[in-house]
Amino acid sequence: MKLETLKADLVERLGLEEAIKLAGKKTVPVHKHTFWYFWGGISLFSFLIQVVTGILLMVYYRPGPEAYESVRQITYQIQFGWLIRSVHNWSANFFLFSVFVHMFSVFLMKAYRRPREVGWYSGIALLLLGLTFGFSGYLLPMDELSFFATKVGMEIPNAVPIIGPPIANLLRGGLEVNEFTVQRFFALHVVILPLLYMPLLGLHLWMVQKHGNAAPPSEEAKEPSQRKTMPFFPNFVAQDLGVWLIVLNLISLLAALFPWQLGPQADPLAAAPEGIHPEWYFMSQFAMLKLIGRMIPGLAGEAAAMTLFTLGLVLWALIPVFDKDKTNTKRSRQVLYFGIFVILVLLSTTFMGFVI
Amino acid sequence: MKDEQEMVLTDPSSPSSPEDVSRRKFLQTGVFGACAVYIGAIGYPVFRYLNSPVEASQLASAVKEVTLDKANELAVGTALMFKFGTSPALLIHHADGSWVAMSAVCTHMGCTVKFDEGAKKITCACHGGVFDAATGENISGPPPRPLERYDVKVNDANVVVTKIS
Repeated sequence: MKLETLKADLVERLGLEEAIKLAGKKTVPVHKHTFWYFWGGISLFSFLIQVVTGILLMVYYRPGPEAYESVRQITYQIQFGWLIRSVHNWSANFFLFSVFVHMFSVFLMKAYRRPREVGWYSGIALLLLGLTFGFSGYLLPMDELSFFATKVGMEIPNAVPIIGPPIANLLRGGLEVNEFTVQRFFALHVVILPLLYMPLLGLHLWMVQKHGNAAPPSEEAKEPSQRKTMPFFPNFVAQDLGVWLIVLNLISLLAALFPWQLGPQADPLAAAPEGIHPEWYFMSQFAMLKLIGRMIPGLAGEAAAMTLFTLGLVLWALIPVFDKDKTNTKRSRQVLYFGIFVILVLLSTTFMGFVI
Repeated sequence: MKDEQEMVLTDPSSPSSPEDVSRRKFLQTGVFGACAVYIGAIGYPVFRYLNSPVEASQLASAVKEVTLDKANELAVGTALMFKFGTSPALLIHHADGSWVAMSAVCTHMGCTVKFDEGAKKITCACHGGVFDAATGENISGPPPRPLERYDVKVNDANVVVTKIS
C-alpha cells in the first residue's frame, strides 16, 4: 500500500501523467515490414553498450604517449580487459551497421516525409557523428593500423583548398599523427562527440514518440479499418527488449569468440603494411577514391571523388525537400530510383574495396 | 455433464484459477532467474575488470621481506623511507646505534608519518599523532594503536627488513 502511494506521489511530482498517457495511446503499425522498426532500437541499444563499455575502458586507458601501452595492458593484463575492449569494438561495428539498416529502411518506407523531416535530418547528423565516433576511436589504441588509418583519413580535410591544411594540422596537433593527435581524438571521442550526440539523440527519439512509426505507402493506401496496430506499451516494448537480448547475446558471442586484436605499436618510420584497408564503413569512400584515382590521376581525381561523395551526401540529406507529399508522384519515384542507385553504389563499392 | 464441461472451458480464463497462478509463478521465477543469470554474467567480468589492480596490489602487499641495498650506510640519527610491499615504511638508525623498522602508515587515519630527528619521535602531520621512535608505541594524539614493527637485520652491504609473523 505504501509503495502504491509512493508511486502515485512520484507520478504527480515528476509530471509523469503526460508520458504515461502518451505511452498508453501510442501504437505501432503491424504489417509485413514491421521487422524493420526494430533497427532504430537496435542502434540505440548498441549505442548504450558503447557508453557503458566506453566508460569502463576509460578506467584504464591513458591517452597521449602511453596510449598503446595502456591498451596493451587492458588487452593482456587487466582481468577481462580483452572482453570489454572486444565488446566495445564489436558493438561499434554493430552500431554503425544497424544505423545503416535503420536509415535505408526509413528511406524505403518513406518515413522521411512530412511530418517526420526533423527525424530524418537529425538521423543524418547522428550518422555523421557516429562515423566520427568510429574514426576518432579507431586511433586511440595507437597501433600500426590506427596510425595509418588516421594518417590517410587526415588527407581528406588536407585536400580541401586553402583552409584544408590548417584544419588538418589543428585536428592532428602537428604535421604528422603523434601523441597530441591521440590526446585530441580522445577528447573528441569521449567529450565533444557525446555532448553533440546526446541532445540530438534526445531530439531524434522525441520525434519518434511525437509522430510515431511511419507506415510504408502500401499500408497508407489501405483503408484505416484494414490497418493493424499493436500497443507500443507493453507489446512493442516487450518485443524490442527481446530483440535487444538477442543483440546482446550476439555481440557477447562475437566478442568472446573473435576477440579484437591489438597490432604492433605505431612506428612513424615503418612502411604501411601490405593490404591495409579501412573499416567496412569507410570502404565505399576508399574504393571510390581508388577507382576515380585510376581514371583521373593525381590531385584532380581525389578532388573529383570527394566532390562526388559530398554532393551525394547533400542530396541524400535533402531527400525530404524533394519528396514531401504523401501521394506517389513522379518526384517520389525519382527519389526512390536515386535511393536505390545510392544503395547499389554503396554496396558495390564496399564490395570492390575488399577485392581491389 | 454439460455443466461440468462449461466449467472446464471457462475456468482457465479466470485469473484466480490455481493453474493460472502456478503458470504465472513459474514464468515469474523463470524471468527472475534469467535476469539473475545475466546480471551475474555481466557483473562478474565487470567486477574482475575493475578489481584487477586491487588483485595486483594485494599480491604486491603480500611481501614478507624487503632488502634495502646500501641502507647499512645510513647515518646515525637519521631515517630512511622505503616501500614495504605497497605501503611506506621507516628505517631508523638511532643515535645509540640500534636499528628500528616500522610501518609509516599512521594507525589513526592512514597518513604517512615522519621521523622527527630533533625530537627523536615519530609524528603525523595530519592530526598530531606522536609515536615512540624506538618502539612505535602511540604516545599522544588520536592514534589508537602502535605502528607495526618489523624485524631488522643489518648486513655488510644491505639491510633486510622482515615482517614479524
